[in-house]
Amino acid sequence: MADELVNVTIDGMQLAVPKGTPIIEAAKQAGLLVPHYCYHPSLPSPAVCRMCLVEVEKAPKLMPACVTAVAEGQVVHVNSPTAKKAREGVLELLLINHPLDCPICDQSGECELQNYTFQEGRSATRYQEYAKRYNPVEDFGPDVLYVPNRCILCTRCVRFMEDVADTPVLNVSERGDRAYIGIAEQQRLDHPWAGNVVDLCPVGSLLSKDFLHKARAWDLDKTASVCPGCTQGCNISIDTRDEIVVRIRPRANLEVNRHFICDYGRMNYRWLNRGDRVEAPLVRDGARHLATDWDTALDRLGQVVRGASGGAVILASGRASTESLGLARAMLDRFQVTAAVQVPLGDEAPLAGIPGLALRRERAPNLVGARLLGYTAQWEAALRAVTDAGLVVLLDADLGPDDEAALAAARGMVVVLATVMPEARNAELILPVTTMAEENGTYVNRDRRVQRYQQAKAQPGMARPVWWVAGEVIAGPGPDASAPSTAAEAFAQLGERWPVFAGLSHEEIGYTGRVLGEMAAGAGVAR
Amino acid sequence: MSGAAKAHGTTPAEEHRPVFVGPARARLEQLFAKYPTRQACLLPALWMVQEARGWISEQAIGEVADVLELTPAYVKGVVTFYTMYHTHPVGRHFIQVCTTSPCNICGAEDVVKALLQATGCGELGATSPDGRFTVIEVECLGACGFPTPILVDDDFIENVTPEKVPGIVQRYP
Amino acid sequence: MGYPHPSHPKETVVLSKHFGDPEARGYAGWVKHGGYQALRKAVGMTRDAIVEEVKASGLRGRGGAGFPTGLKWSFMPKEVVKPHYLVCNADESEPGTFKDREIMRWTPHALIEGCAIAAYAIGAERCYIYIRGEFTEPWRVMSAAVEEAFANGALGDSVFGSGKRIEIVLHRGAGAYICGEETAMMNSIEGRRGNPRIKPPFPAVAGLFGMPTTINNVETLAAVPHILNRGAAWYKSLCLGNPKSTGTKLVSVCGHVQRPGNYEVTMGTPMRDILYDMCGGPPAGRRFKAIIPGGSSVPIMTVEEAEAALFDYEGVVEQGSMLGSAGMIVMDDRTDMVYQIWRLARFYAHESCAQCTQCREGTAWTTKILERILAGKGKQDDFQLLLDLAENMTGKTICVLSDSCAAPVVSGIQKFRSEFEAYIAGSREPVLAAI
Repeated sequence: MADELVNVTIDGMQLAVPKGTPIIEAAKQAGLLVPHYCYHPSLPSPAVCRMCLVEVEKAPKLMPACVTAVAEGQVVHVNSPTAKKAREGVLELLLINHPLDCPICDQSGECELQNYTFQEGRSATRYQEYAKRYNPVEDFGPDVLYVPNRCILCTRCVRFMEDVADTPVLNVSERGDRAYIGIAEQQRLDHPWAGNVVDLCPVGSLLSKDFLHKARAWDLDKTASVCPGCTQGCNISIDTRDEIVVRIRPRANLEVNRHFICDYGRMNYRWLNRGDRVEAPLVRDGARHLATDWDTALDRLGQVVRGASGGAVILASGRASTESLGLARAMLDRFQVTAAVQVPLGDEAPLAGIPGLALRRERAPNLVGARLLGYTAQWEAALRAVTDAGLVVLLDADLGPDDEAALAAARGMVVVLATVMPEARNAELILPVTTMAEENGTYVNRDRRVQRYQQAKAQPGMARPVWWVAGEVIAGPGPDASAPSTAAEAFAQLGERWPVFAGLSHEEIGYTGRVLGEMAAGAGVAR
Repeated sequence: MSGAAKAHGTTPAEEHRPVFVGPARARLEQLFAKYPTRQACLLPALWMVQEARGWISEQAIGEVADVLELTPAYVKGVVTFYTMYHTHPVGRHFIQVCTTSPCNICGAEDVVKALLQATGCGELGATSPDGRFTVIEVECLGACGFPTPILVDDDFIENVTPEKVPGIVQRYP
Repeated sequence: MGYPHPSHPKETVVLSKHFGDPEARGYAGWVKHGGYQALRKAVGMTRDAIVEEVKASGLRGRGGAGFPTGLKWSFMPKEVVKPHYLVCNADESEPGTFKDREIMRWTPHALIEGCAIAAYAIGAERCYIYIRGEFTEPWRVMSAAVEEAFANGALGDSVFGSGKRIEIVLHRGAGAYICGEETAMMNSIEGRRGNPRIKPPFPAVAGLFGMPTTINNVETLAAVPHILNRGAAWYKSLCLGNPKSTGTKLVSVCGHVQRPGNYEVTMGTPMRDILYDMCGGPPAGRRFKAIIPGGSSVPIMTVEEAEAALFDYEGVVEQGSMLGSAGMIVMDDRTDMVYQIWRLARFYAHESCAQCTQCREGTAWTTKILERILAGKGKQDDFQLLLDLAENMTGKTICVLSDSCAAPVVSGIQKFRSEFEAYIAGSREPVLAAI
């Protein structure tokens, strides 16, 4: 049912927006960004920064666009001389007590004070009084530093902790120009979602210790991705510099994670930078493994797959993509397959103010995708099946002592596809594969939303995606056109075997994902 | 790290004795009936702490937070907003002198000087060496027709002049 | 009465009749003076009838805004679906204003009666009286009076046996001028920092604890029993030609006059009558230099402007200032205008709640510039800078504290520029140390 629409004119552009929309959101629809600091679409609006003041015809004063709702026939001027002068005034006032820290401030290059000042602030200061603030940097807790001298008192951090995290551990202390963000001595900023305050801070006042002085914002390459931490599937940006992942930040998705990610997902990226990777395809030669080229390795793999008999077991990482899991399954078409995906468990940590958003117990981003493809989470059962299986395929699962022991006791053939070298002396092949940061792919989250992640850094050595390996084996040797050469093509093939994915393409999934149609998990079982 | 003047000669850190026990607890419970939320009892509760202990320490903030089901950070934000709450120990007698314009043009600053001398405090915000007094400047006390008004603890004294200061100070042991 | 001086013939003594009379403080003494008749009458009337009477009287908010009181009351929902609240603003912190303190410490029952009638009229069963923390004597007097009122049936579950429930709770402030702003006051009662709220929502829709609320000043509420006793027409007749400003106003005169104190005048009384006749003019050997008529948050008036002004809402505006709270600060030729404007800017900078950028930073910067001028380091550019700042601080914030800081600065530069020039030129000795 459509909301009642209201007609407004913003900077000459005519718009029809739902009743109750604040001017700042209506302006976005016209491609116009009203400069602001304290406003945030996922936080309650206090209208304190006064940066978003716009001229509204017939109103006696400038109105704050973040809390003024559109009205029928309203004519708004965001860039009139009066509005611009007011913004210039706010910027001048914010800068009089702001230290010239840009050369040493992490926020430089992605700082909203820099941006707006450059856009419409004064080019020189008129302030010649003594500096007011000499406050030392404060450590707020596990990852967050507070630099009071840079704070513009937008209070986003306070409102996030109070209203979204429902844990008021930050306050505004004192009054007037003596005010600062305070924390009680007895408390720390250790909430599982606290790291978001660093993203929310428009300036370099709240900083991540993890990211401190690590990289300049303009050196970063930012790639749209999906968090591989749990089944929530928060949308993220993987920020890299010179092919090293230096930071994970949330990417807005109003249906999944709004503007936030948890600290577990935020901090869990170092494994993407590991250097001790399997560098080349390895084929067993007696007691040792010899490096070889992909053609040789694929030939050998094809032989193994065609030559094995009895049951097959797939032990897959919970971080494997839908494309990889699907094509690996398809490769073992003619076997009786026991397929399991690894799901480490942890504590749930909800974000109280956003229903449906939590760090989930199941720390596997593609558990649902795996289940739709006929995998289970019954790891122990799969391990037991290893001993008598004709073929065991390990898809980059992390091996503990029990897993290694089970593999060592396998009587059939063992094929390993891995990022880092596992303990698997009896493997016929050890093939180097990519992490999720080095490939395109999809994950299906706990709400059955299939979401794309994109390649953020180069594939190291000779590593290839799992789906490519399986696709090549399925197609056989020779210049065969049916092997998928992109993840999109691999995804398109899934629909043939698993109807739940039929008719869906990477392009349609886009950057916000699509919820799969209602079909029972495993209904589209491999033929 | 506030701009407010700090006391000289602070008391050593002591174990916090709970304020809201016995009769004080009973008074607080009576307050609950006068407001629809516990949070609204915060300012009255803080006054009770200051009356009992002379100032509001970090531990007292923790106790108030517990009793009213708020966080210490929240309570601290409120305490530091209102300038009549002391967040550090002060002299036995706390003197507030109005120096805003209406009193300023009637000699308030001379009254301040006289008080600093008579109490031995020497400077604003400092506690006198004998621990007896702390003197601060405050904004308009709402008695502009009776310059210069001062508050000594809860005693509101009107028409103070430098000549009257020694006599006033003597009254407070 | 020109407390602490005897009444002047040109005063119209209504609210201040018993200032200075200790007997009036007690319930029995107040009843002897005719007290609580209006409340007895009120609880037998309908809410609407009381609201209409107050509307007809022309009573306007006496705290400074001058908003028509009856109209404000009529914004409250007609049907009581959620609890309604009345808040009495006894935070009186506007420099120059000291009238509410007198009402509370001499005639507490007048306020209690006014609050009770108003609460009933707006459908509230509870009234919070927010008394600033520094008012220790009014607190003691009001506490005793409220207890007496409960004991004598003027407050409680069935006021004077009417079956109507009205109670009063005293709430003590803790040192924040900004809590005199009505939405900040509500936040303060709720146990929050005294930050003003954005409007909408308006208090009559969602105010204290999110419930429909009316906030009125002490003096406004103290007038209500008189209106009910003697009729709206009588109150309306207390007027000197301008029908928009009726009734009496307590004028708190302070500073350089012979007889500072509170004077009660009919709206529209010429300001010169107050300054010369009632207050006796400047101290011996002195001449008036500047008058700030409405508490410090209004433009400074020259002597000529003040002498020409009629003292009501419109009359003072005509002479370039505002009635405000009627806290009249009088400065004679001894006064260093730059120094006093600096002292006022310092006041506003100290009291800023810190929410809005223009106020938080602007009041502090204004103070520093004036300090620098007083320290002998001022420049010609500082004039434009101060005026730019003042423009930036006007009309752009959640509340008007920053506008209030700008008013003395702008009017000071306009009307007393030569004093600033003297400091800047170095012809006047610096009075502050340079930082």
